[in-house]
Amino acid sequence: MRLFKKRPYISLQKVTNDSERAPFVPDGMFVKCPNCKQSIYSKDLGNESICPNCQYAFRISAQERLHLTIDEGTFEEWDEDIVSSDPLSFPGYDEKLKKAQINSGLREAVLTGSAKLNGVDLAVGIMDSNFIMGSMGQAVGEKVTRLFEKATDKGLPVVLFTASGGARMQEGILSLMQMAKTSAAVKKHSDMGLFYLTVLTDPTTGGVTASFAMQGDIILAEPGALIGFAGRRVIEQTIKESVPDDFQSAEKVLEHGFIDEIVPRTELKEVINKLLMMHAVSNSHF
Amino acid sequence: MAEAMDIVSIARQTDRITTTELIEAIFDDFIELHGDRSYKDDAAIVGGIGMLNGQPVTIIGNQKGHDLEENLKRNFGSPHPEGYRKSLRLMKQAEKFNRPIITFVNTSGAYCGVEAEERGQGEALAKNLLEMSDLSVPILSIIVGEGGSGGALALAAGNKVWMMEFSIYSILSPEGFASILWKDSKRAGEAAEIMKLTSYDLLELGVIDRIIYEEKEGEKISYAQLLNSLKEDIEIEIKQLTSKSKDQLIEQRYNRFRKF
Repeated sequence: MRLFKKRPYISLQKVTNDSERAPFVPDGMFVKCPNCKQSIYSKDLGNESICPNCQYAFRISAQERLHLTIDEGTFEEWDEDIVSSDPLSFPGYDEKLKKAQINSGLREAVLTGSAKLNGVDLAVGIMDSNFIMGSMGQAVGEKVTRLFEKATDKGLPVVLFTASGGARMQEGILSLMQMAKTSAAVKKHSDMGLFYLTVLTDPTTGGVTASFAMQGDIILAEPGALIGFAGRRVIEQTIKESVPDDFQSAEKVLEHGFIDEIVPRTELKEVINKLLMMHAVSNSHF
Repeated sequence: MAEAMDIVSIARQTDRITTTELIEAIFDDFIELHGDRSYKDDAAIVGGIGMLNGQPVTIIGNQKGHDLEENLKRNFGSPHPEGYRKSLRLMKQAEKFNRPIITFVNTSGAYCGVEAEERGQGEALAKNLLEMSDLSVPILSIIVGEGGSGGALALAAGNKVWMMEFSIYSILSPEGFASILWKDSKRAGEAAEIMKLTSYDLLELGVIDRIIYEEKEGEKISYAQLLNSLKEDIEIEIKQLTSKSKDQLIEQRYNRFRKF
């Protein structure tokens, strides 16, 4: 009759919160790709921080971008002393700036200067989304404007890597004015017959999209980059409907005809180099 | 002085004077020109040619409606990319025929929708800012109601920027600003105070060059009177700007925005 003594349930091991017994995964070992949502062993991203599954180019710092794109030791920074003031005396903005400076190792959301790429001289700008989401206030606008003004004086092409959530709200209307200011400087550069290449990286939105990001002679983008004017949440609130996940992806924007090509990060330096060479040749003939 | 949020409400009132009414009152023989020659005609922006004191000028402005029906037709004055492309087409046309340009700005912003994105709202604004920067004819921009963000700037990158006293000009609506920075759109009043969006604040910042007063000693100036003196002011300004050379106009506009 032992049969009836059998318990009609299975005893489970007691669950404890004991950290020693939980499977141990060190922080940062796996990352989730924001584009294809797969979990990826972080070492598989490689030096270039690319999702091995969907080719999405992860957000990288301005320093990493410099290292990947520019010839070692050729970067000379311009206007590094230009930093944001607090024109609206916006509560907490000062501290936010200081924190962003400490966290990013930058003084503002864009790094500008002259450099060489496979031996070719250029003026380069790199925005960094780690610095208050790459937002454009007076300092960013001034540095970008000077980048174009100096490049115009020196007869240099400009390559600009954009990454921005848009205008820096904390500087109010003065951020808006940067869109007109930078655009006018781009136009002067363009009128001299000089080449301007933009590389749209994740994310490029708002006032940066609506000014210098979309003004390149040639516009490239990285795979999976978010590119748009209005933010997705704002659009959903406006039209009272949800919108598809990928409707502002570089791939969709390419389909609609607003960028020239999507280039994987592994090939980017070579493609930029070829484009710079092609434009250098045509200039010397006329 | 009124609270900033009170001015925001006045700027948004549906009985506020619209672009077509301003055109009717200030210019003669206005002929509206439609379409961007690429996709469609955007009714949120009206444009065309009219006569100002015997001189042909190009006039472009956001059009809002006084009632819901007209506002639906005008998309509440929020243009799609084709509106900005129409605007640029007319500006380029003005440049070809050496006509001064007068713009009236009254929009909460460029429309935020899926189709606007798909048709390149960012590109349209960027292109207008780029091309406006070296147009060789005078551009006088007047903010008459709401001047919201890049969608307003793309009509307001002028040699001179004026503002009606009870209009607003800002990076974003105070509601949007409060929602982004404090995650609470109910703090719009507080945002309006801090944003410097009133004509008085913006004159002080140099963002605008002149205020068109709507009140005198606390009394509302009648529209008839206001439009009369506005017409005169526009005539004088256009005359002054027209006396400058093309290069001077481009340089003055460059420096006007370079200072920010």
